[in-house]
Amino acid sequence: MDDVTETILLALVVVTALAFDFTNGFHDTGNAMATSIATRALKPKTAVALSAVLNLVGAFLSLAVAATIAKGIVDAGVITLPVVLAGLVGGIVWNLLTWLFGIPSSSSHALVGGMVGAVLAAVGTSGVLWTGVVSKVLVPALLAPLVAIAVAGAGTWMVARLTRGVPQEVSNRGFRWGQIGSASLVSLAHGTNDAQKSMGIILLALIAGGAVPADAGVPFWVIISCAIAMAAGTYLGGWRVIRTLGKGLVEIDTRQGMAAETSSAAVILLSSHFGFSLSTTHVATGSVLGSGVGMPGAKVRWGVAGRMFVAWLVTLPAAGLVGALCHWLESAIGGAAGTIAVFALLVVVSAAIWVISRRKPVDHTNVNEAWDEEKGAGVEPVAATTGEAGPERVAPVPAAATASSVGPAIESVGSVSVAGASKGSVQS
Amino acid sequence: MSEFIEWGALGQVVVAGLIIGAGIPALFALGLRLLAGTTTQPQRAASGTRRAADGGVPAGPVAIARPTPARLVGAIACMGVVVGAIAFGLVFLVSGGH
Repeated sequence: MDDVTETILLALVVVTALAFDFTNGFHDTGNAMATSIATRALKPKTAVALSAVLNLVGAFLSLAVAATIAKGIVDAGVITLPVVLAGLVGGIVWNLLTWLFGIPSSSSHALVGGMVGAVLAAVGTSGVLWTGVVSKVLVPALLAPLVAIAVAGAGTWMVARLTRGVPQEVSNRGFRWGQIGSASLVSLAHGTNDAQKSMGIILLALIAGGAVPADAGVPFWVIISCAIAMAAGTYLGGWRVIRTLGKGLVEIDTRQGMAAETSSAAVILLSSHFGFSLSTTHVATGSVLGSGVGMPGAKVRWGVAGRMFVAWLVTLPAAGLVGALCHWLESAIGGAAGTIAVFALLVVVSAAIWVISRRKPVDHTNVNEAWDEEKGAGVEPVAATTGEAGPERVAPVPAAATASSVGPAIESVGSVSVAGASKGSVQS
Repeated sequence: MSEFIEWGALGQVVVAGLIIGAGIPALFALGLRLLAGTTTQPQRAASGTRRAADGGVPAGPVAIARPTPARLVGAIACMGVVVGAIAFGLVFLVSGGH
């Protein structure tokens, strides 16, 4: 591979890693803030701003970078820049699709899925450590919600018992603060944890591309750009995911919200302490479910939860399929042209998903509207076919997609916050 | 099956999760209950006497009767544990426990 190709590849991997970081923040705002928004402990805009700041701070808090991507899941020897790029695209596309349908699915699982798919396409089944896939991805995806449901359920039940008879305004005011505090801890943990994944990817890419020596630490510009990409994504707020988590699963009050967020924070921190990594998203979702299970008289929409579980199980193969398709396309065209083609495809698909999302926009103004089960009903069939839907989805809207990615057209759409969203996702 | 699930680590997460994740909200609730006390008919009966018994929250929509010293101490202890747990969580994050 010549120098020009190498440089282009390196630049595109860095940009794509930042884009993944952006979608990661965007997708996971709800984990921390959905309950605070749903109980009106914080105004929607305030909540995402707080979460963004804490994500930003969290990214600087600890720099114990795990410099290996998908460690123990794919053979580290076969990870090359084209594989990383294809894997990142798989993760981003799946993140955006699940966001479109308002499903809180794990960003890290999407990334791992994309990587596994790309490795499969690149070197076949020998490059994937299947035991690792089962023990580090599939089993935790099943266990995380169960653990969180148990913890949040027990917490909510005790809180409900203890606050029986306490005037509601008093308990609301107290628990509102408790909720904000615990949600902030979740946000901070997310920033510390997830921004480092992108930093690790970029560092690996820089080392592989020869831009920095192999024993280099993370360059400062990488830390700051990852932190900012994630904070920007968080601030834009994946309102669709927030809505599902805050309103779709359970109608929660401040006591349930506080119990759920404390359970999330405790389980996330404890699981990383004991070396049993659980996905933030799965834990947060389980905690919200648990707060419904533990609250006497509360109703849990198990139908919504069921669709979510299906999506979690589909995440790995679906993101993997996108990753594999991208890698095939990349190597079929070959060289710099292949890399650019995959990147262009990512931009077009992202723009298309954004255009589709505009048909039924969810933003800070309607995030708390009463949940209508019909709205969520279309999720399952589409989610099940998303693997193929990625590239095909582009076809019906090429004109609109190009127009919106160019820039000036963005203003004509009207909404300020969403114009920012499109700009961000297209640029990064 | 032990190849796929680290039962030891999972067990630790569940037990510690239940103690901390469920215990902290419970302590918080207990602290709040000690501070605020319980009334069976909060709205109607208390509205006249509330303003007079207001303990330090003059403009708030809800007034809380000043708790007895014992309750206050209990509440402070509960909240202290909660705040301590949050501080511990922060230290854990900063120290790179992740």
